Amino acid sequence: MAAASARAANVRDLTRPVGGNPFTRDRRTFLDLLLVSGPNTDYDPVEVSTLQPEEVEAARDAALAAIAEASDLEALKQARTDHAGDRSPLALANREIGALPPQARKDAGQRIGQARGAVNQAFAARQTVLEAEQEERMLVEEIVDVTLPSDRVPTGARHPITTGSELIADIFVAMGWEVAEGPVLEAEWLNFDALNLGPDHPARTMQDTFWTDPSDDAMVLRTHTSPVQARTMLTRTPPIYVVCPGRVFRTDEYDATHSPVFHQVEGLAIDEGISMAHLKGTLDHFATQMFGEGITTRFRPSYFPFTEPSAEVDLICFVCRGTGLDGAGSESCRTCRGEGWIEWGGCGVVNPRVLAACGVDSERYSGFAFGMGIDRTLMFRHGVEDLRGFFEGDIRFTTTFGSDL
Amino acid sequence: MKTSVSWIKDYVDLPADVTTEQLAARLTALGLKLEAIEKPGDQITGPLVIGRVLTMEPEPQKNGKTINWCTVDVGDANGTGEPQGIVCGAHNFAPGDLVVCVLPGGVLPGDFAISARKTYGHLSAGMICSSRELGLGGDHDGIIVLPADAGEPGQDAFAVLGLSDEVIEFEINPDRAYALSLRGIARDAALAFDAPFRDPAAREVPPADGAGHPVVVDDPTGCPVFVARTVSGVDPAAPTPDWMVRRLTQAGMRPISLAVDVTNYVMLEIGRPIHGYDADKLTGAIRVRRAQAGERLTTLDGTDRALSPEDLVVTDDSGIIGLGGVMGGESTELSSTTTRILVESAHWDATSMFRTGKRHKLTSEAGKRNERGVDPVVCEAAADRVVELLIAHGGGTAEQGVTVVGTPPAAPSITIAYDLSARITGIEIDADTVVTHLEAVGCTVVREPETLIATAPTWRPDLTDPYDLVEEVARVVGYDQVPSVLPREAAGRGLSREQRLRRRIGRLLAGAGCVEVISFPFVGDATFDALGLPSDDLLRHAVRIANPISSEEPCYTTTLLPGLLKAAARNIGRGAPGVSLFETGSVAFPVDRGPAPIFGVDRRPDLDELAKLLETLPLQPLHLAVVLAGESERAGWWGEGRTSGWADAIAVSRRLADDLGVELEVRSAVREPWHPGRCARLSVGDLVLGHAGELHPKVCKAFGLPARSAAVEIDLDLLMRVAVDVVTGPELSSFPVAKEDVALVVDDSVAAVDVGEALREGAGELLESIRLFDVYTGEQVGEGRKSLAFALRFRAVDRTLTEEETSAVRDSAVAVAAERCGAVQR
Ligand SMILES: [Zn+2]
Repeated sequence: MAAASARAANVRDLTRPVGGNPFTRDRRTFLDLLLVSGPNTDYDPVEVSTLQPEEVEAARDAALAAIAEASDLEALKQARTDHAGDRSPLALANREIGALPPQARKDAGQRIGQARGAVNQAFAARQTVLEAEQEERMLVEEIVDVTLPSDRVPTGARHPITTGSELIADIFVAMGWEVAEGPVLEAEWLNFDALNLGPDHPARTMQDTFWTDPSDDAMVLRTHTSPVQARTMLTRTPPIYVVCPGRVFRTDEYDATHSPVFHQVEGLAIDEGISMAHLKGTLDHFATQMFGEGITTRFRPSYFPFTEPSAEVDLICFVCRGTGLDGAGSESCRTCRGEGWIEWGGCGVVNPRVLAACGVDSERYSGFAFGMGIDRTLMFRHGVEDLRGFFEGDIRFTTTFGSDL
Repeated sequence: MKTSVSWIKDYVDLPADVTTEQLAARLTALGLKLEAIEKPGDQITGPLVIGRVLTMEPEPQKNGKTINWCTVDVGDANGTGEPQGIVCGAHNFAPGDLVVCVLPGGVLPGDFAISARKTYGHLSAGMICSSRELGLGGDHDGIIVLPADAGEPGQDAFAVLGLSDEVIEFEINPDRAYALSLRGIARDAALAFDAPFRDPAAREVPPADGAGHPVVVDDPTGCPVFVARTVSGVDPAAPTPDWMVRRLTQAGMRPISLAVDVTNYVMLEIGRPIHGYDADKLTGAIRVRRAQAGERLTTLDGTDRALSPEDLVVTDDSGIIGLGGVMGGESTELSSTTTRILVESAHWDATSMFRTGKRHKLTSEAGKRNERGVDPVVCEAAADRVVELLIAHGGGTAEQGVTVVGTPPAAPSITIAYDLSARITGIEIDADTVVTHLEAVGCTVVREPETLIATAPTWRPDLTDPYDLVEEVARVVGYDQVPSVLPREAAGRGLSREQRLRRRIGRLLAGAGCVEVISFPFVGDATFDALGLPSDDLLRHAVRIANPISSEEPCYTTTLLPGLLKAAARNIGRGAPGVSLFETGSVAFPVDRGPAPIFGVDRRPDLDELAKLLETLPLQPLHLAVVLAGESERAGWWGEGRTSGWADAIAVSRRLADDLGVELEVRSAVREPWHPGRCARLSVGDLVLGHAGELHPKVCKAFGLPARSAAVEIDLDLLMRVAVDVVTGPELSSFPVAKEDVALVVDDSVAAVDVGEALREGAGELLESIRLFDVYTGEQVGEGRKSLAFALRFRAVDRTLTEEETSAVRDSAVAVAAERCGAVQR
């Protein structure tokens, strides 16, 4: 097969000019030789000098030298054209083999084959080396300064009060609670009366309420999230376990610690056999989840119209862990002003009067409720000194907190 | 409520080693919350002694001042017994006076170390002190001149000045009005330390005899008890004794005159507000009644007030002389010439007091106590105590006759189950403990077989319900005894659909580079003007607030844009090259359905009532707004920056809708505050969600925003309503895609989305996606026309499309676009 096709190739080659071959005496003779060559011709193989061992060796050595000299893939490509291409000495010599008498073909073929094999091997080896070199060089040339800035597209962020509210919600949802919500423009009855804050209740003046105009519309900007308690009890049946984070309003001055708009989280549990112990357990768990292991709460007697007994909740200062001392142990802790405790919020057992107004059977059920400022909680959790930071919308403040707390 | 510790100790024998901090902590644990402890002498180090001025030589100085070169007898305090030479700039004293001297080595507040120093040509060895220098407050620069009997020269001045007497300030909750008195505080202090209590109100009083000043009470509900006593011959110039001045000052009250100071002192001591009348200015019987419409009174503060028929007034023959229990009138006021004083010690209805105080915006120490509830049985004792003090310090005599009208209302009795305290607190409290503790706080307890019946002490009008008693028991047991127990597990349903969607929307926007803002929801006409809203725009119809923080912004907002635009401008003003902000929050639209009903609280309102209540509330949809201002991408080593524009506002809206699986329809619209040619209405089916686009140039200017700032505002409730809950997973074909690009020339007025829709419809099912990738206008397509280049991708689910199929589909797509939009293929 191989020989046949080689011959066929040679035959086809005859259509092409072959002038320039120094070993061809004339076209006719050469053609004749090729076409009618046989054992009895007077053909002298020695005449085909390209097939001479020294010529082949020279061509091979020249090729190997060119390969060795090729310093890059471009040069190697040129060398391949020159020394292994169709017009290369070895290729041409190879083409002459067919013209040899059979006994000479074997030798010449072997010779050329070996030479070409050596050359091809050298090409392959050089190719590998040069490719590796080129890749190496490319990698070196492509070195960049990775310390360049990446601030092409500004970063977004969610508001810490949003993510903080979510964090709180998640703590309670993990305990099987649900998150309840209500409107900020609220009926006076739900904001006050239903919560045992009757029209003549002295505590009502403590609330600093925004009223809608006209004020006999009996509508307020809710002063606390507690109306959501009332709404929940009015629309659901116990057991009820809900937290209600949300925006609330008081007619406060706007300064580093007060704002007419702020946020609270309210908690309400109504079930059979609920006691202050469950309130304490829940708030301890909340505190630990929010501020870390070992941070629990204490109760102090207090007063809220909607709870009885009522308590204020203090949190072990998570900065000094209750010691009241600063890091060095010499000065007062700044976070708790040396108290060891931080005032956190208010709580208590739901006043049966509230249960009555909201249609919960206080003989069967009892409940607890608590409320704290979200803004305030986050202020001491994150060391924010000025409440106004939450409401100015300065992206430098907000982006500090990223997309989750 | 502020009081010195020594005053508390007048009525209770505390253990000797109890510190002020311990006392305050125990009282806090009982519900009297510590607000602050003042230690006046804390910053002073001695020697601080009493001195007697021996000589004082005034010496005029070149600077116009005159200084006094004094010698002061400081006893042995200076170690030598020799007179101390001291230069003093004050002039309010004379030789022979007792003064307070700080000697070299002493330190005054502010780390002011005293040493002997040369001044005005003398060696001044110490200082004669003023109240201010000692940190005792006081608003005059004069030095302290002690009473002649204050002590001996050389004696330590700390005690004389009350510098070692610490003051506790309590925050008293509304239910513990009894603790607005020393009587109440000392009672709880006694309870805290199980120490004996001496009741300052327990005193022998002369019996009512009907011979005193005549008093008629027309409204015994409003004024159940009225006691009147008269003291005559009081020296109006008599000074208030020093100890009383000090206690009043420590309690935060300003000394005024003996008569006024005595009434205040007794109010602090016993808790019963007292009113003193100039008895010589009274004409005829005192009468207590409700005011009549149209009546007026000029109160002590000089204000002329129109009275309400609900106000309780005190009258005599001259007319109204006081707003009962709240404030006296000018006509019978105690003055610098008053020698005869009628002492009124009356019990008033708390609710009336609260309403009158609120109506007339009057807050006073008396009003505060009367509206929260005062012990009704101490009227006589308090009056008698006032009489005693006026006699003792004003040289007066008690007139014959004691008027007592009415009887104190009976305290209610409360039935409570023995185990209620234990059940509600979660603390193990047995029946005996309950009884003991209730008795300890002053209740009278009767044991029944199943329940006990407690009668609250007269000073505790706040105790009305069983749970009130539970709190009393609990605070005596100690709130620190409450165990920490988690409630039983509940099978919760997790976050609601809307709560989850809101988180998702927030995260998506933050991921898109937007920063969340929370702004105040208050707006006014100027805000709406800045938005360029027409005068009849619905957004101007907002809920008004009766008592807004600022009269400029008296409304609850109907749009989130103002707050957001202001925040954006604030950031730009603070140097940000650009901002992308968003806010989610509710806005409010009035429904104008009249006032919200006020129900009773004895039962739950029924469903109809509740529905009516909810109907009156404003609509409060949750909105989302986004503002994109200035640079949205920065210039840098990578190349040019980019500025936000109308397209970004629409893009972020689309991104949001896509994420929620909602097909958003974007159409050009005209809506303030957007640029009329660059505003899109965003809708889903028939629901209009809101608008997006470039802000009107005037709006950018009004809010101080960069030109071309863009914004979005949509109704988030609506968007969430149409959000897809359960997405169906797509079926993907892995056969090769066939791509075809077409360029279609249409009139400028044709919306790209219509051409795209036409192509999509014409292409049918084989169309996998269509994307407009270029818009060209120019000579080649002609005036008033534009070329839209679309990339179409075709793919079948079951086979490789042939070229013939693909071009056939493309042709039919183009055909529909041609038919519908007059599109011509380029
Ligand atoms: Zn601390």
